[in-house]
Amino acid sequence: MREITLSQAVNEALAEEMRRDPTTFIIGEDVAEAGTPFKILSGLVEEFGTKRVVDTPISEPGFVGLAVGAAMTGTRPIVDLMFGDFIFLIMDQLCNQAAKTHYMSGGKMTAPMVLRTNLGATRRSGAQHSQSLHALVAHIPGLKVAMPSSAYEAKGLLKTAIRDNNPVVIFEDKLMYQDKAGVPEKEYLIPFGIANVKRTGSDITLIGTSSMVQVAEAAADILALEGISAEVIDPRTIVPLDEGTLIKSVKKTSRAIIIDEGHQSYGITGEIASRLNEKAFYYLDAPVLRMGAMDVPIPFSPALEDITVPTPERVAANARKLCAGEMIHAT
Amino acid sequence: MSTETKTASNTEDYLRMYRQMVRIRTFEDNANQLYLSAKMPGLTHMYSGQEAVAVGICEALKVSDKITSTHRGHGHCVAKGANFKEMFCELLGKEEGYCRGKGGSMHIADQSNGNLGANAIVGGSMGIATGSAFTAKMLGKDDVTVCFFGDGATAQGIMYEVMNMAALWNLPVIYACENNGYSEYTKTEEIAAGSITARAEAFGIEAFQVDGQDVLAVNTLATDLAARARKGEGPFFIELMTYRYHGHHVGDINREYYRTKDEEKDWKENRDPIIRFRTHLVVEGLATEEELDAFNAEIASDAEAAVAYALDAKYPDVSEVDMHVFTDIKHALA
Ligand SMILES: Cc1ncc(C[n+]2csc(CCOP(=O)(O)OP(=O)(O)O)c2C)c(N)n1
Ligand SMILES: [Mg+2]
Repeated sequence: MREITLSQAVNEALAEEMRRDPTTFIIGEDVAEAGTPFKILSGLVEEFGTKRVVDTPISEPGFVGLAVGAAMTGTRPIVDLMFGDFIFLIMDQLCNQAAKTHYMSGGKMTAPMVLRTNLGATRRSGAQHSQSLHALVAHIPGLKVAMPSSAYEAKGLLKTAIRDNNPVVIFEDKLMYQDKAGVPEKEYLIPFGIANVKRTGSDITLIGTSSMVQVAEAAADILALEGISAEVIDPRTIVPLDEGTLIKSVKKTSRAIIIDEGHQSYGITGEIASRLNEKAFYYLDAPVLRMGAMDVPIPFSPALEDITVPTPERVAANARKLCAGEMIHAT
Repeated sequence: MSTETKTASNTEDYLRMYRQMVRIRTFEDNANQLYLSAKMPGLTHMYSGQEAVAVGICEALKVSDKITSTHRGHGHCVAKGANFKEMFCELLGKEEGYCRGKGGSMHIADQSNGNLGANAIVGGSMGIATGSAFTAKMLGKDDVTVCFFGDGATAQGIMYEVMNMAALWNLPVIYACENNGYSEYTKTEEIAAGSITARAEAFGIEAFQVDGQDVLAVNTLATDLAARARKGEGPFFIELMTYRYHGHHVGDINREYYRTKDEEKDWKENRDPIIRFRTHLVVEGLATEEELDAFNAEIASDAEAAVAYALDAKYPDVSEVDMHVFTDIKHALA
């Protein structure tokens, strides 16, 4: 299979869906000629023109609100929010407006829009350009949330998102834009709410989101050398969440670590751990562990930034302890 | 920066303004070099070309006056009185940096000189600047706050919310819009409808447009407005017409798709704020070429020493990572 970058995969998904559906359009800052600072959208304005690839002023609440209204009245906006950290600026439009439109109208109105943005630290970008804020959005009923872990997922999930009639937020890892993966040339979609079992194992389940899937896989490699067999699962969407696959795996392995780049407290990891406790309690041989970003603003200094995020070594170390029965009472 | 409110009418003030502009340019040339030689973590935004704005304004301020800065903030930081050593240490994420390496280029702040900080959110400092002016008024201090921001930031809604309040309450704040013609890769005319100064005027705020490449014009206006703001006649708005010489950030090298090399050349050769002021100083007999060259050489060697120091300086200890999340608690996670 040919390999393309995550950036190219996103670009292809957008081009294909925009060809298919003339009501779609892209809106955001420097999305046209510049193709975004990450150069993800290069070439799209040449094909679709400035009517459908719309450059905006630096007015995030304004253009997201505009997208909500456009979505409610017959178009399908695909919003480009340059950094995930800017989600704080648009919370009202996304969470009070888009998320609730369908429900508050008693099912009469919809807001079929996609908001593409990113997450991820260790790019030396400082505390306001390094956050992973998907948990904030996942907390709000009415928003679907996708977290692609490779170019393959990025393309398939984005195409599904664009066809979904609900508001969908997609978080791409900004450090993965140049990472390549096999992506079929033939069209495919990845349905929401279906987890991907990346590798099967029998001793412990490692559940990772976005780039933490790679961290989980690398940890599984380390553990394999020591005779510990880890199962690695990528939920792919956190809303909806494929609880069934996760529970089934944990019932088999009896141990689990959830790895996610959001802050450790009040995040996705806690939510998944809680569901496993509720629904697989009698099958567990150890507490379900959460591994997230440290509960600190992401520091600039490389010496500090690198220790704020989960690493394969730290995941493996925790897995080792769980399997050895050393963490019955986690500290 | 002087410690008193003053008019820049004597030679000493003029020479300090010259030196401060050269210090900014020199700082940026070194920072760019650190990036190009892969010694600096991350990206940074160069202030080169806009020196007369930061210097003309900050030379009109007292140490206790406040400024808020932007992602393109090294110039403001230097102009408000910061040292090279702590600045380079911050850019390299070292413990002796102004923010102990936690902030970096986009969050550099120098509380000792009234710099409340750079900001990586466009428009993110507009509320802070207005709040700082609110404090001055509430506590009866005569401090003025200058809010630096770019043309692109005029698209942020918060600007209109805070200008409204500042005007209603006569706050001592000066909104300084550095119009360098671009926000990232987009020309200002493509993102700003109508007139920028007229937007401030709509709130009854006196607004001015000034040549941001003319340090004396900037300084004269800023001195007057700062004095008036201290008397309770604020807020004010200034649009400073200027130009950034480098790309949007240091990695923005191929930029002909959004602006021509000829345009850059024209600004650099015909409107450079340092060359213009230097010519003025020499023609007016305030300094000789040799004296000015000596300043330049001294500043260059200061910068070189500060860079060398910062490169060798140590990183913060890893135990600092969870320090400063909350005040009064050494380790937030403890
Ligand atoms: C709220 C927000 N939106 C977008 C960005 C990304 N961004 C960083 S700088 C910039 C352009 C700012 O232009 P301007 O205000 O004119 O300042 P200049 O870079 O020209 O100094 C943009 C869009 C951001 N940092 N914050
Ligand atoms: Mg600008």
